[in-house]
Amino acid sequence: MEQKNNSLLIYTIFYFLFLYIPVLFLPLFSFNDSNYMSFPLSGFTFRHYEDMWSKAPVFRALWVSIKVGVIASVVSTVIALMAAKAFTKYKFIGSRVSYAAVLLPFLIPEIILAVSLIVIWLSLGFKLGLVPVTIGHILFCTPFCMLILISRIEGFDSSLEEASRDLGENAWGTFWKVSFPLYLPGIIASLLLGFIISFDEFILAFFLSGSDPTLPMYMWNQLRFIKKLPHVLALGAIIIVATTFVVLLAYWLRNLGQAKNKDFKI
Amino acid sequence: MNEKYIEVKNVSKHFDKVKAVDDISVEIKEGEFFSLLGPSGCGKTTLLRLLAGFEYPTKGSLLIDGIDVTALPPNKRPTNMVFQNYAIFPHINVEKNIRFGLRKLGLTKLEKNQRVEEVLSLVKLEGYEERYSNQLSGGQRQRVALARALVRRPKVLLLDEPLGALDKKLRDDMQLELRNLQKSIGITFVFVTHDQEEAISMSDRVAVMNEGQIQQLSQPNELYKNPNNIFVSDFIGETNFLNGKTNEKHGDKIDVSIESLGNFQVDNRLNISANTNDIVCGIRPEAMMISREIQSDWDISLPAFIKQTSYYGEMTRFYVEVKGIDQVLTVSSQHFDNQSFKTGECFISIGLEDIVLLNKK
Amino acid sequence: MWGYVNKLYARSDNVKAYTLLTPALIFFFCVMLTPMLLTIAFSFFTQINMNEIDYSFTTDRYVEFFNKPLLTSLLFKSVKISFIVTFVTLLTAYPAAYYIAFYVKKNKTLWLILMSLPFWTSYLLRIFSWKIILGTKGVVNSGLITLGLISEPLSFIMYSQTAVVITLSHAWAAFALLPLYVSLDKIDYSLIEASRDLGNSRLETFWRVTFPLSLPGVIGAILIIFIPTVGDYVTPQMVGGVDGRMLSYMIQSYFGKVNNIPMGAVSAVIMLAAVASITMIVSYVTTKLTQRVA
Repeated sequence: MEQKNNSLLIYTIFYFLFLYIPVLFLPLFSFNDSNYMSFPLSGFTFRHYEDMWSKAPVFRALWVSIKVGVIASVVSTVIALMAAKAFTKYKFIGSRVSYAAVLLPFLIPEIILAVSLIVIWLSLGFKLGLVPVTIGHILFCTPFCMLILISRIEGFDSSLEEASRDLGENAWGTFWKVSFPLYLPGIIASLLLGFIISFDEFILAFFLSGSDPTLPMYMWNQLRFIKKLPHVLALGAIIIVATTFVVLLAYWLRNLGQAKNKDFKI
Repeated sequence: MNEKYIEVKNVSKHFDKVKAVDDISVEIKEGEFFSLLGPSGCGKTTLLRLLAGFEYPTKGSLLIDGIDVTALPPNKRPTNMVFQNYAIFPHINVEKNIRFGLRKLGLTKLEKNQRVEEVLSLVKLEGYEERYSNQLSGGQRQRVALARALVRRPKVLLLDEPLGALDKKLRDDMQLELRNLQKSIGITFVFVTHDQEEAISMSDRVAVMNEGQIQQLSQPNELYKNPNNIFVSDFIGETNFLNGKTNEKHGDKIDVSIESLGNFQVDNRLNISANTNDIVCGIRPEAMMISREIQSDWDISLPAFIKQTSYYGEMTRFYVEVKGIDQVLTVSSQHFDNQSFKTGECFISIGLEDIVLLNKK
Repeated sequence: MWGYVNKLYARSDNVKAYTLLTPALIFFFCVMLTPMLLTIAFSFFTQINMNEIDYSFTTDRYVEFFNKPLLTSLLFKSVKISFIVTFVTLLTAYPAAYYIAFYVKKNKTLWLILMSLPFWTSYLLRIFSWKIILGTKGVVNSGLITLGLISEPLSFIMYSQTAVVITLSHAWAAFALLPLYVSLDKIDYSLIEASRDLGNSRLETFWRVTFPLSLPGVIGAILIIFIPTVGDYVTPQMVGGVDGRMLSYMIQSYFGKVNNIPMGAVSAVIMLAAVASITMIVSYVTTKLTQRVA
């Protein structure tokens, strides 16, 4: 480790401020008594929040996002858990190619995924709506969940499972009594983070959701109209606080029970 | 020859509350092979790093060849280091690694090439120029690290447990090579190790360290034969420590009652006080003799019972119980082995000149 | 019979692994590979009118793409903006990642969590907050005017390529910070000490040792930022105006109001080809450069 470097420290602090302040403007202006987001501030008010609370479409969109998010995160986590197990436990032919294949949705611009999904969905004669959105979200969330689970599984002592077998448990018993409890924090982290990814996801929803908007879709539509702006800020502020809380929870869970390690894996 | 080539003057290094180096003063001679020996955490590596410039002393000063280097950064000091894990740059080949430090020396291209060739043949790595770190064995990497440091012709070469990661045979060979190398090029070596055999076989002088302080600084023979305290005696080789009480002094010698064995007169090199219980008598296992019969020509010869043996091929250790002595004694023999004593009954003999009287402290 | 199957299963790691991988691979084939192949197929068809498509094979749509200056300029702009964003994000994130890797002793995890937290808040909202900040009546302008530093609002910072670059450099910051931090942190510190010991100053050590050894992280960051940026839709639409418009705009049009699916498919395929070829070039360069790095 080096001794102090003050100029670099100052830079880093400014950089962090640069990262955070823009995000903090939203809550700031959500309490501003004005329909415009500019300085000087006009006064403190809750009216935007009241305004947002009274709008039915907000709750409809929220409910849609929650539905899609829950399904997407659960399915993604199951698929990802199985895949993560495969990649960490076994050496097999074609593992590299399969790994790349599963990660691919992450490595391609989302708009291309969205467009391809429209093409196939409409070609099959189906209507756009929440089903293709959910499917798209599963495709998009799985790589992420898999990376989280792989890093969690790799952090584990594999001899724990071997010990269980040695002490008489069969494969199923080992899974429920030893592996599952150990993986549980990672699984929960994967569920939470998968949910957030789906909840915040815009492009796929934009292209695929048809007439039933998710929350980001709703916000996008509202952002076009200046008068309706402030209540979106209130909505945004609440979302930021809620997701921050969920993310911190997920991080805490992910690191639960693991020894302090130097490598930080996403 | 400059006897004060490296001067460490009242140097201390504190890390928070830990005194890694505690007010150490030492003078290292020009061209000397000087070792810092001690267990982990004794401060030897910290002292080395202070010389290199990777740490700055909390108190005190460091001089090399008369120049005060205390505040100088590592790249400005006339020292070079061979790191414990070799620190070979993985992204460049052997030759570039060796040339790495030649940039700032103001040499011509010809001079640089000459030096590189010279040092490669010195460490016997001719032909390895194009290889990369991951294509070298541990021993080869060690030599690259050595070459890379030596090519700069530093005034002082600092070596941080360079042989620790090598297997025994290779380590023994390298010890010999390093010693010969040092003698032939004449650079002052400061060598850190926790292996006392290594330190004793390679060095001109050894500083035995513990808890941030130098316990004893002597030539290897002195350390072995005349340790100044229990720590040194125990750290260098092995020692049996027997309790006792001193009686009257007789000039250089003193009377000692050793456990229930009786009274004897032994050397009092450390001038330990008369009539005190705070002493131990140290006897090395190899100085004691084991035999089937009593040896009347030895100063002390006692019946003993072998509890256990450990066979090492070239020598055997016998763990014996002697009537009148509390603990189990260790005796080593190159003559007898684990199959020599059927019933376990034997005799242990000790010469008075081999007993080292030490303070219990 | 079952006994035989069981034996086969128990013996082969391949079988076990692929059993577990089945759902993921099914998804890959059905939801990703097939749709994309279909899209590529559509790029060879022609849209006759609002409802009819001519399914005969033709490369005319590709020719049409390259003959339209609007489309080629959007493609070019998309790639150009992506390069600039990648470069700016890396440049601004590197020193911060360096600081955390080498100067922070305690609570590194805390710093990392702090670094990645903004990444988890809604992308849409983060882009939107820049709209607030950079707009004519926005934070920057109203702040500067109130302070008396300018009399007219700055126009170039909104509805321009500049706005897109600023916004995305902020949005992708965490994507750069994390890979950079991981690869910097992996560097064996004794290599840096060795370089200093061999006569190099701090700056020289950085260029000769630290930076080369951090390249895997740099390359990782480049790919993570560059690829999504090329296809980004939200940012150009919200803050890019006409100047900052990117290819995603046309793709959305083609699949939306304009309803010309083949042309939309062509644009998507060309975008994909551009991204893939640049990725391959970067990967190739990476392998060459990082062959020797641990």
